[in-house]
Amino acid sequence: MKTLYKVPGAITDTPTTYCPGCPHGVAHRIIGELLDEMQLTKKTVIVWPVGCSVFGYYFIDTDAVEAAHGRACAMATGIKRTHPESFVITYQGDGDLASIGIAETIHAAARGERICVIYVNNGNYGMTGGQMAPTTLLGQVTTTSPYGREAHANGFPLKVPEMLAAIDGPAYIARGSLDNAKHIIQAKKFIRKAFKVQVNNLGFSLVELISSCPTNWKMTPEESLERIRKQVLPVFPIGELKVDEGVA
Amino acid sequence: METRVIINDERCKSCNLCVEICPEKVLRISDRLNPKGYRPVELFDNEACISCGFCYLICPDAAIVEIRRPVKAKV
Ligand SMILES: Cc1ncc(C[n+]2csc(CCOP(=O)(O)OP(=O)(O)O)c2C)c(N)n1
Ligand code: SF4
Ligand code: SF4
Ligand code: SF4
Repeated sequence: MKTLYKVPGAITDTPTTYCPGCPHGVAHRIIGELLDEMQLTKKTVIVWPVGCSVFGYYFIDTDAVEAAHGRACAMATGIKRTHPESFVITYQGDGDLASIGIAETIHAAARGERICVIYVNNGNYGMTGGQMAPTTLLGQVTTTSPYGREAHANGFPLKVPEMLAAIDGPAYIARGSLDNAKHIIQAKKFIRKAFKVQVNNLGFSLVELISSCPTNWKMTPEESLERIRKQVLPVFPIGELKVDEGVA
Repeated sequence: METRVIINDERCKSCNLCVEICPEKVLRISDRLNPKGYRPVELFDNEACISCGFCYLICPDAAIVEIRRPVKAKV
């Protein structure tokens, strides 16, 4: 028998704390595969967020720190600058990155910090029970937008990659999705490029991963992926938004 | 015939995503229980599996541990 796919060694034996069908685990596996394939696992520091992935350091076997809510990019900046030989990643949800941590994110990007940001957007605050996030779609019902998000009262969904692609600092910005096998393979390609940016010392990179939250969306896992395809991707289209010269 | 899909029962959360995505519909939720109280998925028709890896790719819990393809014997 020939092995075609195998769970990488960087993924620990500890079962995750995520709800059944939560794509956070898919994002972890992709990161673990790439760290092993690119032989980065031993020199990697992952800065974990506040949110459902707060215990990420139990699930991916690298050095790790846990940042205060939203501050992952600031912490990663300090780590990379004092340990330039380390490979430094932040892993953040949309509440963490786009709401409380948006200042840290924008300025790390503008400074072109040599860090990789993995940004998991599931359209709400998962851990605290599904409140509205900056990324919540118009019309989407959450515990804090019980009649659906309304533009005049709650503003519009925030598209972080589009925003960051407009500033000079970042070397690579992309958006992938975790809703099907083809998109998962593509998301891995985007993250590989983002990792190469840091390996080649080219600057800041960010990959947004469109994800779901079946529990707070009150859907089965399959329905939640269907919702990504029908409702989320038309607003948050997949693709590469900034690819600087030299990024391969 | 050796199995084409290695499954870790203890990690499976019975989310059904692999069952839905499988193009050959050869996976199903079993009637066993794992220590966490979930019913782990099982491959019920190894011969019909095409080793496409979709179940591995979609599984959020690394419960689909490995996908293998039989190597054709050289004549
Ligand atoms: C300073 C501070 N404010 C608020 C909270 C409460 N809190 C915990 S997780 C969270 C939101 C997490 O949402 P997100 O980043 O989207 O991640 P998810 O859980 O959806 O993966 C909030 C507001 C906190 N822990 N610390
Ligand atoms: S609450 Fe949502 S984001 Fe958090 S683990 Fe459950 S499904 Fe995943
Ligand atoms: S490898 Fe493909 S055909 Fe085989 S069980 Fe998985 S999804 Fe189905
Ligand atoms: S996708 Fe993974 S966790 Fe979900 S039912 Fe299949 S094997 Fe179990």
